[in-house]
Amino acid sequence: MRDGALAFVAGMIRGIGHRVNDALQTLGFAARFFMMILVYSGQSFRRLHLTLREIYFSGFQSLLIILVSGLFIGMVLGMQGYETLQRYGSSEALGVLVALSLTRELGPVVSALLFASRAGSSITAEIGLMKATEQLTAMDMMAVNPIARVVAPRFWGGVLSMPLLAALFSAIGVFGGYLVGVVLIGVDQGAFWSQMQGSVDFELDVLNGIIKSFVFGVAVSLIAVFEGYDAVPTAEGVSSSIKRTVVYSALAILALDLVLTSFMFRGI
Amino acid sequence: MNRKLLDLWVGFFVAVGFAAILFLALRVGNVSSANFAETYRLSAKFDNIGGLKVRGPVKSAGVVVGRVVEIAFDAQNYEAVVTMTIDGRYHFPRDTFASILTAGLLGEQYIGLDAGGDEKMLQPGEVFAKTQSAVVLEKLIGQFMFNKASETPASK
Repeated sequence: MRDGALAFVAGMIRGIGHRVNDALQTLGFAARFFMMILVYSGQSFRRLHLTLREIYFSGFQSLLIILVSGLFIGMVLGMQGYETLQRYGSSEALGVLVALSLTRELGPVVSALLFASRAGSSITAEIGLMKATEQLTAMDMMAVNPIARVVAPRFWGGVLSMPLLAALFSAIGVFGGYLVGVVLIGVDQGAFWSQMQGSVDFELDVLNGIIKSFVFGVAVSLIAVFEGYDAVPTAEGVSSSIKRTVVYSALAILALDLVLTSFMFRGI
Repeated sequence: MNRKLLDLWVGFFVAVGFAAILFLALRVGNVSSANFAETYRLSAKFDNIGGLKVRGPVKSAGVVVGRVVEIAFDAQNYEAVVTMTIDGRYHFPRDTFASILTAGLLGEQYIGLDAGGDEKMLQPGEVFAKTQSAVVLEKLIGQFMFNKASETPASK
């Protein structure tokens, strides 16, 4: 009886140790993998059309969902912002509210979340299936480096697309806010734009938003290619890799957003 | 997929993305008026700057002519030292009056410059001689109530 209890406790401790060990090992592999991508990037840029192809697949094909979501979010911001601002008699500040919340936060964050679920998951599925069907091993056998040929182009395609998508999201969102605020509700057009231009700073707001989306792009793309490369090569393993891509990307985006925001907008 | 068509769509995507950044910079952020081409620095000392912030506007006759770049505390005289950059096209007389004003009743605070009549202009790095501190609403209300309280018995 005593031996049984002791063995149970020992087993539990071993289980915790095993998990921590696994997590650390995965983290170490992810770091090494990131370095490998950077090292082999030069080799993959020599065949630039590979990266261009990935920009097409993850950037261009995400345009529709980004634009439509941005328009809707801008319109909702316009309605909600007007509802709150008109209580204080300052509905002309609607442009400021819409533009600041989009360029600083919503543009980079929401477009990165959409990008993770639209493009990140498909990258993971693609690489995971390539691994499951032993295409990556076959490439290795033919002396083609799978990281330079498959992984790095997908990584850079995501990293380069993300800031452009976020900027498009913010721009179309501002337009959506304009549609609801000025065209539908009837806020004064001059005040809407001029107050916006007076309060939105290019460096502080727009540029910081672009920097944010670039960081999110690196995080999402890295998670997506890593989860695909690290997938257990079975149908079940690939499916749980895709799930992890979406979950980890969302968590990474929101956590990084907190860190970046606290660096960028301290007390101003 | 045809490589030419692929390039076309990627080019379209990049062009639209940069157009969006341009839109954010020019239409939303108004990059042109925020930066002055050539600037010089002036500073002013205030007893109380109220809620003035770094990057706040400096206005003369209602026109933005500069920005606040630094707010420091002078431990010797217990004063606030406000440094601002002024558009290089504008120069102000020596006896210009710098005061901290509020836009609207509860709006943001800014520095207002009232030009004086001196023939000599302020040189870069010089200090405004005449300043007026921010109006603190609590002090104003306190003064008003004090005055009211002291005049009630006299009027009876």
